[in-house]
Amino acid sequence: MDTKVKTRLNLRERYNLMTRDLDWEPSYQSIKDIFPFLEYEGIKVHDWDKFEDPFRMTMSAYWKYQAEKERKLYAIIDAFAQNNGHLTLTDARYLNTIKLFLTGVTPLEYMSGHGFTHLGRHFKGAGPKVACQMQALDELRHAQTQLHAVSNYNKYYNGFQEWRHWHDRVWYLSVPKSFFDDAATSGPFEYILSISFAFEYVLTNLLFVPFISGAAYNGDMSAMAFGFSAQSDEARHMTLGLSVIKFLLEQDPDNLPIIQRWIDKWFWRGYRVLTLVAMMMDYMLPKRVMSWKEAWEVYGEENGGALFRDLGRYGVKVPMGWEQACKEKDHLSHMAWNVFYNYGGAASFHTWAPSPQDMDWLSSKYPDTFDKHYRPLWEHYAAEQKAGRRFYNATLPMLCQTCQVPMFFTEPDDPTKICYRESTYKGDKYHFCSDGCKHIFDNEPEKFIQSWLPVHQIYQGNCFPADVDPTQPDFDALAEVLRWYKIRPGEDNMDYADSPDKRNFKAWREQATTN
Amino acid sequence: MATVFIALQKNEESRAIVDAILADNPQATANNEPAMVKVDAPERMVIRRETVEQEIGRDFDLQEIHVNLVTLSGNVDQTDDEFTLSWV
Repeated sequence: MDTKVKTRLNLRERYNLMTRDLDWEPSYQSIKDIFPFLEYEGIKVHDWDKFEDPFRMTMSAYWKYQAEKERKLYAIIDAFAQNNGHLTLTDARYLNTIKLFLTGVTPLEYMSGHGFTHLGRHFKGAGPKVACQMQALDELRHAQTQLHAVSNYNKYYNGFQEWRHWHDRVWYLSVPKSFFDDAATSGPFEYILSISFAFEYVLTNLLFVPFISGAAYNGDMSAMAFGFSAQSDEARHMTLGLSVIKFLLEQDPDNLPIIQRWIDKWFWRGYRVLTLVAMMMDYMLPKRVMSWKEAWEVYGEENGGALFRDLGRYGVKVPMGWEQACKEKDHLSHMAWNVFYNYGGAASFHTWAPSPQDMDWLSSKYPDTFDKHYRPLWEHYAAEQKAGRRFYNATLPMLCQTCQVPMFFTEPDDPTKICYRESTYKGDKYHFCSDGCKHIFDNEPEKFIQSWLPVHQIYQGNCFPADVDPTQPDFDALAEVLRWYKIRPGEDNMDYADSPDKRNFKAWREQATTN
Repeated sequence: MATVFIALQKNEESRAIVDAILADNPQATANNEPAMVKVDAPERMVIRRETVEQEIGRDFDLQEIHVNLVTLSGNVDQTDDEFTLSWV
């Protein structure tokens, strides 16, 4: 007999054998009992086998390449720590971006691991199950590698030590935290759309690519290593997000309006979280790679534009708020950093006013807005600080009920007017920073009236240590909130100019270069 | 026109991959950024295993791209011989 023996299966055959061919139909339990969450969101799936991972990644290939990534990553982190790499940073001021990253993003990686474990269990198709299990492991890996990399800085600098405690309490950290809580409490289809598609595909490029490139530019080999290593997984996650959305759109025409509503919601939710990234890029990096505006143009307008043109053939429209996001690119970072400068006494990292050189860079990157709207503000602050009156705002800002960002955003077409929106629900009035956030609330009021708004909680007396008596005449509310936060005033926060981090970095760097 | 792109960590393996992309995709351009290189192409980009192997001087499994990958844009299709990104 003349049979040709095939020695090696091709990639598609290996993928099919090792994913969907391992699946089976249950015989003594009903599908509904095994997968109870698949119907209540209204999404209809007729044939799960139509989903295929475009990378055709099998579990064995996954382990092989992830192990290689880990070895490379830890070799770099070790080498960096072993050689006092922290002293080769452009400036210790840079580390405040890493403090914000550790407290704002790393806990989300961990949460995301939970979310994808849940999806790996509750999706019915073997293809998406396997992809979600890989992503769950990735997210745990990201949380761990970030912690390991940053722990080296924690040996020398303030503002890292209570990262997990802060994530659940500190006012601005409720922005990323509430974003993820919202995703994690939605159904499985909304979850994968919110994280894999809206956040990962449309937005993480803005966090991990230009910002991490900026970390490298500032001499931070460990953040460069964990950031790019994480982003290599994100590339797989994004591809999962895009293939899942197309799969769902192809499965049933009834899915389109549901998916469009989620795209509108999660684009806006994710974009509001990126406000923090905008100020990291423009104000917090001592040496900057590109402005927020430039990054938005490449990764938002150009790349997102291509994506939504591609999805247009399924009937998907550009998300609500897209136009406003494009208008805000000239303002976002300036407005945000101004608020952090104001509240530098209540943050867990240091703030500072931009130097004259920083301002010249900002003028060149934002010729239409910086000199007109923002330079005068910074020059005023600088003059006050020089006269010994560094401004710290002692009142608390109003927060948006949906995104929880302080309401500092201006009207899309009038940068001199703060944007206020409101809705009334069951007799109570709720406030929003934008049409986008109001729209999200109006669609799901029962969810968003439960928002844990840090400012409300402070005023309600829920953010003081147990031993405090607010009726005493010497009661100092801010000091007690900071004690409850476990933030050490002046060490972990306030102006960088007066910080132990600055003094120590200078002294250590001198020791490192002379006897 | 929609751009597809792939960004890789800037190292010796990526250099061979980028050279292979530029050889097989005449319209592709490589942009060097701190610690990474981003290759853009209009509508479509193909990475061919054979070309990468010529450039790198050893056998190459296209899934090895994951080790140095930073990010990408476009619809992905991967086989043993080709890795394709496209918006068409």
